[in-house]
Amino acid sequence: MHFVNRNLANPKQTSNIGMETTLSVEELNKREAEFDAKIAGGKTIEPKDWMPERYRKQLLRMMSQHAHSEVVGMLPEGNWITRAPSLARKAVLLAKVQDEAGHGLYIYSAAETLGMDRSEMIDQLLSGKAKYSSIFNYPTLSWADIGAIGWLVDGAAIVNQTVLAKCSYGPYSRAMLRICKEENFHNKQGYQIMAYLMRGTKEQRDMAQDAMNRFWWPALMMFGPSDTNSPNSADLMKWKVKLNSNDDLRQRFIDRTVPQAEAIGLRIPDDKLKWNESTRHYEFGEINWAEFNQVISGNGPCNKLRMKQRTDAHNNGAWVREAAAAYSAKKAASKK
Amino acid sequence: MTLNDALKEYCLRIADNSSILAHRLSEWSGHGPILEEDIAMSNMALDLIGQARGFYSYAATLEGKGRTEDDLAFRRDTREFVSRNLVEQPDNKDFGTAMLRSFLYSCLSYLQFRALMNSKDETISGLSAKAIKEVTYHVRHCGDWVVRLGDGTEESHRRISNSVEDLWMYTSELFEQNEVDALLVKEGVAVDLNTLKQDWLNLVDEIFAQAKLTKPAEGGYQSSGGINGMHTEHLGYILAEMQFLPRAYPDAIW
Repeated sequence: MHFVNRNLANPKQTSNIGMETTLSVEELNKREAEFDAKIAGGKTIEPKDWMPERYRKQLLRMMSQHAHSEVVGMLPEGNWITRAPSLARKAVLLAKVQDEAGHGLYIYSAAETLGMDRSEMIDQLLSGKAKYSSIFNYPTLSWADIGAIGWLVDGAAIVNQTVLAKCSYGPYSRAMLRICKEENFHNKQGYQIMAYLMRGTKEQRDMAQDAMNRFWWPALMMFGPSDTNSPNSADLMKWKVKLNSNDDLRQRFIDRTVPQAEAIGLRIPDDKLKWNESTRHYEFGEINWAEFNQVISGNGPCNKLRMKQRTDAHNNGAWVREAAAAYSAKKAASKK
Repeated sequence: MTLNDALKEYCLRIADNSSILAHRLSEWSGHGPILEEDIAMSNMALDLIGQARGFYSYAATLEGKGRTEDDLAFRRDTREFVSRNLVEQPDNKDFGTAMLRSFLYSCLSYLQFRALMNSKDETISGLSAKAIKEVTYHVRHCGDWVVRLGDGTEESHRRISNSVEDLWMYTSELFEQNEVDALLVKEGVAVDLNTLKQDWLNLVDEIFAQAKLTKPAEGGYQSSGGINGMHTEHLGYILAEMQFLPRAYPDAIW
């Protein structure tokens, strides 16, 4: 029952939190120079290495946000497990949602190396202090939405995470390597659902196009604001926590997804979308950033529902976690 | 009843139990008390879906009418389902009830698969040999939780005791048999469930003793008839949800 003990224990101090206060300015500058050189030389930063406090904080913010996204992301897809249309589809979807729980666990553990306990991160999520990906604040209204999420949402996540796998923080980059392999399977199963729908009955094709219409733009928003409006980007790029700009990654996603949509007969819901032969990229219409800002500030269609679902699960499980802790304490006491 | 018909019915029973219990477990996906349990419950649900697929497919083959595993899971109504009533019982997101329900069922399922590994029917023995590994884990995992909750806090003891009170009335039905069993037992294909009852009680008693739980007094109401298609009100809702898409779009391939 290691996880229960971990929840009750004080956060382990596995990184360099609070060390700055004891360092002189000269020493701090020296360490920061060494740190910068290490990153410039392509070396990874490991949990016990010295790191600037801002680096630690930015990573913790990103990683906990990522872990929360995996866990909240279980909800919209979990919504269709009991209604999956065949036993094979049910098994695949269940396995996919289970993978997301695993990813959440894996990234929480990696984030813990930066000195914050998982239970504290979860408290931050439930109190609204920590964020999760805006995409999960949209509802899954039909079976085709499960296809759209696997294909578009996981597809966008892969573009992001493939880059993160090369980031400077060792535990995060290793977590991403492993997670990307599973995300590829998620992406394929989503595309396969869409492909089956598109070669099915008219009702199925309409269902698929409707899901495409609703999820395309929110998927593009997943890459975050345009670089001119991304407050954290400069530091993250310098530290190789972020290796490409939001706009670059968004473009990469669009360029690889449009031909996939065309191959199965889905229309991209963007009248301005067109191939530019000279740039070798697709041009696309204006993203509705007002909607994005509304959703990330808590005013999306499902923000309240998702937080309620997570809070309920957490609260309904409190007696279980307490019982497990009490039981292991009894067992430990009887061994003495 | 021919031997073939009996065998098909027997497979449907195992498959129905597995698919309905998987449905109940999968309702927890994203809502578990801790991430590790989300993963564990999904694992058990996945095992059960795999078992259901194996036994539905075999039932479809035995039937020989061109139906598939999905036809059997998604196109039969409640009165045709031959699962035990225990597995369809709701848990109302009470984790202890969910663990106890799986524990009580898995203890039987474990003993049954262990015996069926020696079935004279090779498909049954093969499917059972695969399932036994999975179900052994289910018994252990759910049994561990019954113990933790029974011997945890005052609240957890009270709650899991209530779950025992709620679910116990579905336990004697686990051992009900009909002409299907009579025929198949005689042929060495199935196992007589009466021969498993004492072992089942021993497994349950051992865990209940560790959990400081007591079995309800005998003489209360006991559910009956799942294997003859007599169910509780809950199964209708499960099927309404589970079968919605194939029923609403009968010509669609997913």
